[in-house]
Order: sequence, then structure tokens, then C-alpha cells
Amino acid sequence: MTVAPARPVAVRDGVGDSARRPDAVAKVRGEFAFSSDLGHDRMVWGATVRSPHAHARVLGVDASAALALPGVHLVLTAGDVPGVNRYGLERRDQPVLAEDLVRYIGEAVAVVAADDPELARRAAALVRVDYAELPALTDPELALSGGGPVLHEDGNLVRHLRIRRGAMPAAADIVVVTGEYEVGMQDQAFLGPESCLAVPDADDGVDLYCSTQWLHVDQDQLADCLGLPAEKVRLTLSGVGGAFGGREDLSVQAHACLLALRLGRPVKMSYGREESFVGHVHRHPARMRYEHGATRDGRLLYVKADILLDGGAYASTSAAVTGNAGCFAAGPYEVPAVEIDCRSVYTNNPPAGAMRGFGAVQVCFGHESQMDRLAAALGMDPVELRLRNAVDTGSVMATGQRVEGPAPVAELLRRVAGKPLPPPPGTDPRLLPGGMSNSTRAEGLLRGVGYGLSVKNICKSAGYDDFGTARVRVLARGGDVLAEVHTAAAEVGQGLVTVQAQIARTELGVERVTILPADTAVGDAGTSSASRQTWISGGAVRAACAAVRARLLERAAEVLGEGAEALRLESGQAVSELSGRAVPLVELLVTEIEETAVFRHRDTQPLDPETGQGDAHVAYAFAAHRAVVDVDPELGSVRVVEIACAQDVGKAINPAAVEGQMHGGIAQGLGLALMEEVKVRDGRILNPSFTDYLIPTTMDMPPTVLDILELPRADSPYGLTGVGEPPLLSAPAAVAAAIRDAVGAALDRIPVTPEAVAAAAVGR
Amino acid sequence: MRVDLEVNGVRRSLDGVREGESLLHLLRERVGLPGSKNACEQGECGSCTVYLDETAVCACLVAAGQAQDSRVVTVEGLADGAELHPVQRAFVEAGAVQCGFCTPGLVVTVHDLLARTSDPGEAEIREALAGNLCRCTGYEKIFDAVRLAAGEAR
Ligand code: FES
Ligand code: FES
Repeated sequence: MTVAPARPVAVRDGVGDSARRPDAVAKVRGEFAFSSDLGHDRMVWGATVRSPHAHARVLGVDASAALALPGVHLVLTAGDVPGVNRYGLERRDQPVLAEDLVRYIGEAVAVVAADDPELARRAAALVRVDYAELPALTDPELALSGGGPVLHEDGNLVRHLRIRRGAMPAAADIVVVTGEYEVGMQDQAFLGPESCLAVPDADDGVDLYCSTQWLHVDQDQLADCLGLPAEKVRLTLSGVGGAFGGREDLSVQAHACLLALRLGRPVKMSYGREESFVGHVHRHPARMRYEHGATRDGRLLYVKADILLDGGAYASTSAAVTGNAGCFAAGPYEVPAVEIDCRSVYTNNPPAGAMRGFGAVQVCFGHESQMDRLAAALGMDPVELRLRNAVDTGSVMATGQRVEGPAPVAELLRRVAGKPLPPPPGTDPRLLPGGMSNSTRAEGLLRGVGYGLSVKNICKSAGYDDFGTARVRVLARGGDVLAEVHTAAAEVGQGLVTVQAQIARTELGVERVTILPADTAVGDAGTSSASRQTWISGGAVRAACAAVRARLLERAAEVLGEGAEALRLESGQAVSELSGRAVPLVELLVTEIEETAVFRHRDTQPLDPETGQGDAHVAYAFAAHRAVVDVDPELGSVRVVEIACAQDVGKAINPAAVEGQMHGGIAQGLGLALMEEVKVRDGRILNPSFTDYLIPTTMDMPPTVLDILELPRADSPYGLTGVGEPPLLSAPAAVAAAIRDAVGAALDRIPVTPEAVAAAAVGR
Repeated sequence: MRVDLEVNGVRRSLDGVREGESLLHLLRERVGLPGSKNACEQGECGSCTVYLDETAVCACLVAAGQAQDSRVVTVEGLADGAELHPVQRAFVEAGAVQCGFCTPGLVVTVHDLLARTSDPGEAEIREALAGNLCRCTGYEKIFDAVRLAAGEAR
């Protein structure tokens, strides 16, 4: 056995490096298999029959015309669901296939299997469903007042979070501002359609290849719906074309499995864009009433907020979104007294649920609009007002929780405020308001600058047992050491596969790392949401690597005849810090080493049901935005000239990926500020296409200026904190503030439309 | 009906093509080339961009029959074996890929842009890519990739 002196070489593409994505080459070649690309011999296609009514009794389903078409194999309805015909993330309140009642337009009533997708869709259109329409409840205020039909057994209130802290001050010499704000319904608009392939197995189980954010929660729900033990419903993650919260709930999964198990043939399902708009939940539309009171020198004394979220027809994650919106309604500010009521209700609108920012985005528009209004009332600079009230480490949040860990809120704001302002508008009409429609020559344009500060929890909150599992195996392969990392964590585009490999390289000093496909053969990883996966699954990978490393060092200690304490792993060797001697890992791996680890963050507590007080969150993350806009006051068109964003990420595991998250988050925030709204009338989505639901294009996105702080946390792997959500949170608020600054008038609703801008500009 | 065309240099004769079937469907489901993506199938996202006789088009808007006797090049046809095309390499190196669903369409669009203009300016890049939606990246690193590929081509 060779025992050579150590050669210190740091591992390439480890933690802190902008390592390239392992899947990038397949993706640029067009060879990466998204769930919509899958195929199988003998495969048939599924299609969904959906309710055209917002609220109706289902009287009967007649599938004979559909079944008469050659090539149509099967039509299934509620009675064909072998297990419990209910699913849902927080409450199982949504039928896989509607029974006697439909509660929103687009609710699934039946599923069809046919030889090709076109035929399946035609057959679905031929399934005759008899309905008796019921009065639809589409106004959340009415749902709250109890004035309409009761949509679920327990009533129409999904959750009411009350937060009470401190005593409201007496009225003397307080500057008070009030405001009412509204946020429209935003769509995740991931590009990859909902799709999956379900393959029935010889053991009467099913293998499902799908796009999701959380394999194990899908598995749990599917097993119950299909009446199968969990081990007979095996899921493998296929390529996911973006998620942003919209893949937390089931869509095609249960339907495809039902068809596949009944037919004994592989079944593929894939939504078109229009169907996708009713096929997943959206961001909760919000109505918010605020009152802020402050001293004349700009210290916040109290905040009152009354927030109503339209949860739509089924609960999805409404209760947790309500919790978040309530917890962060006062923003990242020190406020001695708070009175917050945040409620969500059932209506007959399309269901709302998770979307990047998860309740914190809506209230951010509220509290930041209020801060600007307060600054105006005080005659104070809006940046100064925010700096005066920003939380810091040790501050107490509205829920009474003390902020532990870095909270550089003031610093983040100073950083964006201190950036040089972009030059005045040029003459290229493509870069002016109106863009390619060439509607201005830059005369009479108004420029505005606006700010936003935001806070959100990272990881799961309020007592949830939040954990991740990782299995790591090291083996000698072709004279080299290979590490395999296996988790069930969903890569949805964010780059989790890259950071998992980086962590393994750093922990094991090994360059060759393979990330195995995510599936349910390994333990639960939890969800790819709440900006939690790098922390939690990254933490699990790190812990599994540590266990592997301990065993490698034991073996090395034996070979070198030295104590394991003085040994470390580096560049594929175990090296003694005492003697400098080393042994190549390949030689220690005559038999491979495998370890599985579970990683948990510290416990959190549920909020007190009366006061909303409690240590509900593991960590807070913060961001600051500055937006600069040019406005054409006559047409109301807006060009965002630049967005600056400063964010504390604790530790950038992959700086390039952090930038990518920030760019993408800013774009989605700009979209919500200016153009993105699912328009719903009488429960019907009026714009279910990318023709009518606009997301930012290359012509809409301004250059961004990023400032990434790395203030390490004490309680997370490498000091990191979650990255994905903060760059979105205060972007809409900053853009809206910049437009207000330009036109000098109030704008209380996002998305801000050209009509609203033009009207505000006239009224000023 | 039957459609004869050349895809990535290979002659194909496809039977049983439906009236009204799109070129995108034909490529993905009949030729077995799912690289071109189907994010909207309404001509709004550019994820299905391919070359049809040297012109970059949205394959979802082209009827399969219209491609009769034409030469189609898809994203799968751009690399030279294991060797990535410089545009593809630039996307990898610039970190312009996240979920990657927009990537094939953007790679073809950028390939087309740089074939026409070796040194596009800022506004020109933005305009050329305006028909390709990306939901993940905010486009910044895609612009970096374009500049990287343009620099390499010069
Ligand atoms: S799929 Fe063709 S443009 Fe969207
Ligand atoms: S990388 Fe996901 S849509 Fe562009």
C-alpha cells in the first residue's frame, strides 16, 4: 500500500465556487428529458374533463359518445377512485375527480385515455356531464361575511391569524396614515407544462415519472387516493420545467396513475397552456387595509393591518400562506404595537396556494406603500424613514420573536440607495416606455425612483417537523474515487443538483461526484420551496458525507497507524496533519462506504392562537430593492430603467446560481408590478394564455445591479441562508413606488396598469 | 397524410400525419426529437424555435404539411457530435440555463441572431430575443451568453 506525503490541492467546484450545472450540457443540446418528453411502448394518453361551472351539482356523467370513438380506451369518474377521493397539502379537501359537486371552473370531473393526445382531448370534449348550476361565491368579502353559499363543511373561513402585541398608544401627537391596497392573482407561469408518465408494474403498483416539488408528499397523497401502500407508488423526478410553488399540489399525477392502473398500460398526460392555468394554484389575490402611526420624528408606534386572501375553491396551502402574510404584515421594522388580522376564505374562484414569496409578497406591497405614505406625511425621505425603523439582530418582530442571526436590513437599503443612478433616457425607442411600439421620443417622460424592503421566513415554520434525507456512497471506480449522492430533493431549475455535488466535493475532497435521480427509494427530502433545500437537503448531504468521511478516516488511521483525529480528506487522499503522510482513498475503498443521514433545523413553535405570538420561524431573510422607472404620463406606459437588489445570503454556495436566483426573482417581481394578473370574472379565468397573460420579456427587463452580502449564520450549513424568494419580495413594491414617485400620485393596486398610471398622472 | 422532409440532415418520410398537426408535434412525437419544447403551442414563447429552410420559426405555428420537402434543423442538430456549438457552450459557461425549458428555443434563436449579425448591440440582442420567454433567469445571463458567443465567433 502506498503511503505518500500529502499534496495539498483544494478541490475544484466545491462550496463557494460558481460550479457549472451538471445538467446544462444535456439542456443546451435538447437532450434533457422533461416530464413532457417522456414516452413508453404501448403508451396511451390521458385527458381531463373539467367543469365549465364555478359551482354546480353534478347530476350524471355519460361517457358513451367518447367511448364510441375508435382508439378511446377508458373514461373514469369519481366512483372509479379506489382509495380516498380526496387530496390536499394541508387538508384533504379536494376530490381527485368531482363527486356530486364542483366548486370552480376547471375542476376535474372525469379522465379519458386514448391512443393519441388529440384523440384524448376530443374524447374528453364528448363526455357529457349534466350539471345543475348553483349560485357562485366569487367575492371574498362576501365569503367572509357569510353572505353567500357555504362551500365546505367547516364554513368558508380557511384561517384567521390574529396577532396582538403591545398596547396601542394614546392619540396625542401621532402621525397616522391609512391605506387600502390590492394585489392581483399572479400565475407561476413555469414554462414546462404539467406532465407525467405513469407505468403500471407487475406487482400491481405503479411507477410514476413526474414534475413536482416534493416527491414524498405526492406519494402519500397518491397512495391514499389509489388505495395502495406507499411502497407500491414509486415516484421518480423527471425534468422539471420550473415550479415557483405551482407544483406543490398534485395535478396530473393521480389521474395518470388511475388510468394506468385500470388499463394496465403506461399513461402519459401533459397539459396545454390553457389547461395549465386551471391545472395549478395561483398566488393569493389580497385586499389589505393598513394603518400606521408614528412619532413626528419618524419612529413607528403601531401598525394595524386587516388582510383578506382569496383562497379559491380548495385549501391547498392557504392556511400557511395566511400565517406568513400575517407574520410579515408589518415588514422588517421595529413596531412596539401591532394589531394584525389576516384571513383566508374559500370562494368559487380558482384555488390559490403556493407561489414564490408565499404571502410575504402581497403584504410587502402593503407595508412598503404605507412607509412611503408615512414618509410623505412626515415630510421625510423614504429611505431615511426606513433606516430609522429597520430591524436588526436582537430586534423583536410582530410575533414577539427576537431576530437571531444577521439582519442587515439598514445596510441592504443603504447599499441599494448608494448605487449611482442610471443615466437619463436615451433616444433608442426600444428602451423607452412603450418599447417597440415606438410611442414616445422621450419628450415629457417622468423619471421616478422607489424603494422596497422585505422579510420572509426561510424553511418551514410553526412547529413543522422539517427535515431532509441524503444517502452518500463512495466507491473506487476505474482507479478513481466516485461519490454518489442520492436524495429525493426536487431539482426544479434552481440548481440544487449543482450545490449537492459541490457540498460532496468539499466534504470528501473528491472531484467525481454523481447526483442520482431523485426518487422515493430514498427518504423524504421535504419540499423544494420556502427557500429551504440548500439548507436542509444540503445539510443532509453534508451530514451523510461527514459520516462517510469518519469511516474513511478510520480505515486510513489503520493503514497509516495514526489516530483518525489528525487525518483529513483532500484531493482524493486521506492526509495526516501530523506526519504529512497520505493514503489515496481508492486504496481504502476495497469495499465501498455508504451512509444515510437525516438533517433537521432547530424546532419552531406554533403561534399562540389568541395573540399570534411565538418563535415560529427558524430564520428570517431580508432583501432591499431600488427601482428606477421612466413613465410616459399621457399613455401611462412604464419602462423600468434599472432594478438594484441587495440581499444577504449568509454564504453563497454557488455565486453564479445566487445571481441567477436574484435575476429571476426580480423579473417575477417586475411582472407582478406591471403586467401579470390572472383575470377572473365570475370564477372564469379570462386570460389563460401567454397571449393575454403577459410575463416579462427581454424588452421588459431592465439591467439589474446586484449586491450580495455574505454574513454567515451560526445555525446553518456553511452559514448559508435561503436565496430563492427574497429577490422577488420587495421588487413589486419598489417598482410601484418608483411609478408613484414619477407621477406624484397614489397607486394602490398591483399590477399597475397603463390606465391607472395615466389616470394618476392626470389627477396629480 | 404523408410528409417527406429532412430533419438534421436525415431524410424522413412520415405516414399518418393528421391534418392540422403542427411541425412541433411531428418533430416531438413522430420523429422522436423532443428537444424543441412545447411551453405554449400558440406562438408566444419561442421554446419550439427551429430552422425551417434556414429561417428560424416557431414550430408550433407551422403545419406539418407546410414542411413538405423542407430542411428542418432543430436544437439537436446544432452540435457537432460530442462537440457543442459555440452558442451552446456559451449558455453552459455563462450560467444561462436554469430549468432549461426555454433553452433549446433560445439556443436556436441566438444561433440565428449571430449568423446574421456578428456583433449585436444591447438593444438589438433584446429585440432579437423578445419572442423567447424565460421564467427563471430574468435573461441577464442569457445576454451574457450571447455576448460570450458573439465574442468567440469574432
Ligand atoms: S410552443 Fe411554440 S411558441 Fe410557444
Ligand atoms: S431557464 Fe427556466 S424558463 Fe428559462
